[in-house]
Amino acid sequence: MVAAVFGVIRAHNLFVVVMMGGIYSFLMATVMVALDAVDVAMTEAAVGAGMSTVLMLAVLGLVKTREAPLRHSPVIPLIVCLLTGGALIYGTIDLPPFGRADNPQNQHVAPYYLENAKKETGAPNVVTAVLASYRGYDTLGEVTVIFTGGIGVLVLLTAVRRRGEGDATMMRDTIILRVVVKLLLPVILLFALYVQFHGDYGPGGGFQAGVAAAAAIILYGMIFGVMAARAVVPQRVVHTLIPLGVLIFAGTGVAGLLLDANYLDYSPLGSSQKAGQHLGILIVEAGVFVTVASTMLAIFYAFGGRAEDALADDETDKPDDWRRE
Amino acid sequence: MIALHLPALQVVLPLLAAPLCALVRRGTVAWAITLIASWAAFAAAIGLLLRVLDEGIISYEMGGWAPPIGIEYRVDLINVFVLLVVSGVGAVIVPYARKSIAARFGSTEQAWFYTMYLLALTGLLGVTITGDAFNIFVFLEISSLASYVMIAMGRDRRCLTAAYQYLIMGTVGATFIVIGVGLLWAMTGTLNLYDLAQRIPEIQNTRPVLAALAFLTVGISLKLALFPLHLWLPNAYAFAPSVTSAFLAGTATKVAIYLFLRFFYTVFGGEGFFVTTPLPEILLLLSLVAMFAASIVAVFQSNVKRMLAYSSVAQIGFITLGISYATETGLTGAMTHIFNHAIMKAGLFLLIGNVLYQLGSVKIEDMAGIGRKMPITMAGFVALGLSLLGTPGTVGFISKWYLGLAAVEQGQWWLVALIVIASLVTMIYIGRVVEVAYFREPTAQVSQLREAPPALLVPAFVLVGAAFYFGVETSLSVGLAQQAASLLLNAAY
Amino acid sequence: MTDILASVNYWVTIFLMVGGLYIIVAHGNMVKKLVGLGIFQTSVYLLFLSPGKILGGTAPILAKEFELYSNPLPHVLILTAIVVGVATIALGMAFVVRIHEAYGTVEDDEVQELETDA
Repeated sequence: MVAAVFGVIRAHNLFVVVMMGGIYSFLMATVMVALDAVDVAMTEAAVGAGMSTVLMLAVLGLVKTREAPLRHSPVIPLIVCLLTGGALIYGTIDLPPFGRADNPQNQHVAPYYLENAKKETGAPNVVTAVLASYRGYDTLGEVTVIFTGGIGVLVLLTAVRRRGEGDATMMRDTIILRVVVKLLLPVILLFALYVQFHGDYGPGGGFQAGVAAAAAIILYGMIFGVMAARAVVPQRVVHTLIPLGVLIFAGTGVAGLLLDANYLDYSPLGSSQKAGQHLGILIVEAGVFVTVASTMLAIFYAFGGRAEDALADDETDKPDDWRRE
Repeated sequence: MIALHLPALQVVLPLLAAPLCALVRRGTVAWAITLIASWAAFAAAIGLLLRVLDEGIISYEMGGWAPPIGIEYRVDLINVFVLLVVSGVGAVIVPYARKSIAARFGSTEQAWFYTMYLLALTGLLGVTITGDAFNIFVFLEISSLASYVMIAMGRDRRCLTAAYQYLIMGTVGATFIVIGVGLLWAMTGTLNLYDLAQRIPEIQNTRPVLAALAFLTVGISLKLALFPLHLWLPNAYAFAPSVTSAFLAGTATKVAIYLFLRFFYTVFGGEGFFVTTPLPEILLLLSLVAMFAASIVAVFQSNVKRMLAYSSVAQIGFITLGISYATETGLTGAMTHIFNHAIMKAGLFLLIGNVLYQLGSVKIEDMAGIGRKMPITMAGFVALGLSLLGTPGTVGFISKWYLGLAAVEQGQWWLVALIVIASLVTMIYIGRVVEVAYFREPTAQVSQLREAPPALLVPAFVLVGAAFYFGVETSLSVGLAQQAASLLLNAAY
Repeated sequence: MTDILASVNYWVTIFLMVGGLYIIVAHGNMVKKLVGLGIFQTSVYLLFLSPGKILGGTAPILAKEFELYSNPLPHVLILTAIVVGVATIALGMAFVVRIHEAYGTVEDDEVQELETDA
């Protein structure tokens, strides 16, 4: 990982930079598995190494790929960074040692979750229990962040211009790729469903499943063209689904309110606390899935659509009208 | 039942309204939803204020899980005061937005703008009301992402680079806050602010806690645009749509200041700890530099919106000056100025938005003689300008009175002199606009102008009225600020 | 020596953090800055995750065979942080695309020069 970061600092070719970033994310995911954070590792691999890299590559299709040499001396930034590093070293030197169960952060609230999660929410995957129920409100916020980011990208990239029916693909088509993708597609979608519904018991949940499902369509889009992907999952549908997921999640909270409990309390939804919690977790995970999958797709459509427009411009040598404001 | 769930409703109402706006995708409908949601949020804030005055601190358990297991909303006088300011400004601006936004965007984009507006409001209210350190980060990011998008919807292409720069600096700031929270969590095992406040005094002088303090300071200072970390602010406010500028100037930095107060006073243990760190001195110095440097830069701006943006940096300096005293009067001045500056700056940005709406430019040389053609707008501008520089009878005077009083209490007469001189610099830049607007012959373009429509004038004049009303009747603003200040000093939570 | 080894996780974290921050502050290319931002944010994940690991523990999925689990709380927090991070990066990328359309470049310095000319 350290080497990858050095690579990013040194490299001037942005493709190299982005690929190094992807490798770094992937290594990070491995480290996370070593740290027992399997749910996080899945997300990082899918989101950090997968989605971000694809996005950045799509952007590189649009902009220059070489970085201009530095014009300023890097001394001041270096000082800023070293100061930060110094503060961190100072701060971490007295932190409790690695890996002990009796460290304060592993004492206070954590044992409560481990002891009671199954009893109170019926989910053996404690991460899912904490995510969707104990700290469910954070997760609602997080879905809202995704929603904000998704709509934000739409505002920026779909609003200004729309033209060009040309359906160039990002990857040059080959028969083998096409066949492989067609075979892979159902497998990935099945996997996504499995991850979604198995999230209570094993690693996984709405986020990971959402990204996986979106990845299937995105893969399809990369090979057959964004237009083809839009034919499978129309843009209008995607744009409707993004807010819908947030509404499902936030609405579940309101249901709690109407049943005379606190916001986001799922217990009254079922006959017992455990049943109610279980149902609540299922519903909000579905909400998460809907928003995450559709946002990822919308972002891909937005970036991919731009890339194809740009490509069409290049091929037909139309006059460049970007710079007009 | 509604009273019981007010803390949740305060944030959830705009949060629910935002996806609805995105769903309907019709500008007018989205505007109506936003109008209802923002005024409902304002009503919720008033309701919360009444409840807090009546029964003291309110704790609301999200999901029914008792803190620190679950996330808690914890409302006391300090944050209900900020909630009131944020939701109030948020509500007043919406009626103005209708015409201003419809003039520039298609129906779908309008709906998206209102979605972002509601999300920014949700995020800011969520940051203010929550009693959980990580929840602060999540809602801070909601409001930040929404603000970046709202800024990037400006008409000048420079709004894009401004938004990008804000995104980079804002994210670094947020990440610094997360590092600080992470260090605190590693030392205590809790994320609940109240719980942290109980546990930190025991380990106050350990190195991780001090490092956490440093990271939180830098992170929050980036967000509140404290002097050397303010670089994102001028362009962001200058090139954003008027509605965005008015909303952010009135709310975003105020919430960051609240976070600063919350962490340094409540979580780290009140005045006793604050004065043992070198923070008061650093803060005093940076505040003074901000008050002068930013005001002087403002004098030389040719874009009036940019001028107002620099003026915001200077006014934030006044607020942090009050915090640096660490006395009740000083904090009262700071809290009062949060309230007062929100009113003034939001009003000024709305009024200059009127000029932009009619004239299409806010360059000072294009505004020659505009006072004759848009008399009402410019009268409001002058009135708020007078308030900004601290004329008696206006809110600006009240804040400066308390800030000066706090300096006198500590026997620092030279500070009083500096406050007066800084106000004089304010007079110079406001004076420049007045001179151009009233004492020059209208240009050909200006002489064809007409006054802005009432839909744009009324919301702005609500704020102008408030600037004068609260300049005389101070029991709400100063009264609450004073109580909040004494709570802060004693770290009562 | 054991002391130093005991906190090696923090040393790695700190290096990654400083490296990421350096890229953000020192480089003028907007795409590269975003990659740096990603690295900077990711390194913070380690700061949260590594103290939650308990030697000898397993992933916090309850089963009969295991007694000792790692702390689930940081996993939840970091999941949230990752998602927040990707939303930020996506938005940043959208800005980069628009800036490129408006200015024809994504270098900070060149954009500033274009503005001072105008």
